[in-house]
Amino acid sequence: MSDAIKAATLEYATRLGDDSVVLGHRISEWISYGPFLEEDIAYGNVSLDYIGRARMFYTYAAELADDGRDEDDFAYMRNDREYRNLLLFEMPKGDFAYSQVRQLFADVYYTVLLPELLQSKDETLSAIAAKAIKETKYHLRRSRDWVLRLGDGTEESHKRTQKAVDALWGYTHELFDMDATEQLLADEGIGVDVSKLRDAWLQRVTEILTEATLTVPEDSWEVKGGRIGYHTENLGHMLTEMQIVHRSHPGCKW
Amino acid sequence: MTPEENFMRKIEAEEKIEPKDWMPDTYRKNLIRQISQHAHSEVIGMQPEGNYITRAPSLRRKAVLISKVQDEAGHGLYLYSAAETLGISRSEMIEALQSGKAKYSSIFNYPVLTWADIAAIGWLVDGAAIVNQVSLQRTSYGPYSRGMIRICKEESFHQRQGYEAMLALAKGSPDQKAMAQDALNRFYWPALMMFGPHDSESAHSQKSMEWKIKRETNDDLRQKFIDQTVPQIEVLGLEHPDKALKWNEERGHYDSSDLNWDEFWSVIAGNGHCNRQRLEHHIAAHDEGEWVRDAITAYNEKKKAKQAKAA
Repeated sequence: MSDAIKAATLEYATRLGDDSVVLGHRISEWISYGPFLEEDIAYGNVSLDYIGRARMFYTYAAELADDGRDEDDFAYMRNDREYRNLLLFEMPKGDFAYSQVRQLFADVYYTVLLPELLQSKDETLSAIAAKAIKETKYHLRRSRDWVLRLGDGTEESHKRTQKAVDALWGYTHELFDMDATEQLLADEGIGVDVSKLRDAWLQRVTEILTEATLTVPEDSWEVKGGRIGYHTENLGHMLTEMQIVHRSHPGCKW
Repeated sequence: MTPEENFMRKIEAEEKIEPKDWMPDTYRKNLIRQISQHAHSEVIGMQPEGNYITRAPSLRRKAVLISKVQDEAGHGLYLYSAAETLGISRSEMIEALQSGKAKYSSIFNYPVLTWADIAAIGWLVDGAAIVNQVSLQRTSYGPYSRGMIRICKEESFHQRQGYEAMLALAKGSPDQKAMAQDALNRFYWPALMMFGPHDSESAHSQKSMEWKIKRETNDDLRQKFIDQTVPQIEVLGLEHPDKALKWNEERGHYDSSDLNWDEFWSVIAGNGHCNRQRLEHHIAAHDEGEWVRDAITAYNEKKKAKQAKAA
């Protein structure tokens, strides 16, 4: 592996790890706050899957960095300006509709992204994708069911769900952005060219939202910046909480 | 043989009572009280531990904790189902919890302040729960007994993880060790209280023993836990919180300090550190979930109406 490709792969694995840990953390915030017990269990499942992915991506990043850091150094010892996750995933959990709509957007995204990552020439990335694909299928089944029930449920649930769709839509454009790092990896057959995935994503999302009697928003606004560390104000608070114990005891084992 | 005689015959022969069998009304009520209380304990117990999910100090510990809290939700589900076989609905049980009519284990009214508290809960609280639940595997009511067998397997796993987390702290930095000692000092006593009042003070014990709902007395189970915990504290290299603890050769058990029963009754009466917080949290989540539950009902009705129209 050339130095440039190695550096780009390290950056890529870190980004994918950041996406997973941030989304996994947000989902975990629901545990004991769900509308009924079965949902607490389901949130636990989804959250565990994402934390597991984060660990795999970070472990690979640590291996590539080869500077003595481990998965926890990546998760706990980097500041919000160093985090590279997509903004969509750091938004606060909001109400149940908001979290389920975000989850639908994420699940459809991974449904189109992971089969591509599975084709990666990089064996580790491909192996992680293979593990994640199966779970993503279950996650999508659940978020799709929820959006259908909420969208086509009561007047109130419909209103809340449409509001969530509208509030989150502008953060979905970033999911399909490429920069020089990702372009290099896509050209090498290591990374995924996400710019080619938006049509498939939009088609699936449109089908589901329409079935749920919801309106697909116009593409009238977009907010971006996660991949360069230009975050919303929410991530700093999230990381403050997540990192407090770890950072209060530098160098300790847990 | 009258149904009552047949019931007592089964109890004495160690046969399980099943949902459709005849049973005395008080046996039924007693079981509903005990099983639902157990279910509520699992559910309320998700809160103090959930409180540290977002702050767990490593990704591995975070995953382990999420999975533990998730198991507890699962135990709550089995136990609610076991109680439902006795003719009470889950919503009735939840209402009883929220109105304060039904109790849950007092241990969850103690605050979880540090990461070491999470380790101490896994080790001591789950440890005490297992001592009780192992005994309940032989309980006379079939669905409860089978639930306990399943739950015990998972609880043993939790207890090992809790102890292992405690060991990492006790063998870690001086700060970590101090945190572990502090958690042990605070959680040791309430863990002993989990076995309930002295047998002489226990309102439901006698009848429950007769019917083999309970198989061992509060004090016997507590003694078992005290004895098993001594060597565990030694391995950790921590100080035992009970300064009066002494091996009694004649009894073959440790003698120990009596517990602070005023505190015990005060927490049961609803005046512990977290009683109000725990119930408010449960009620708030339940109330906030109402529009979601309504949406499911409305959606299902619409779907049914559509199918009826198509048919």
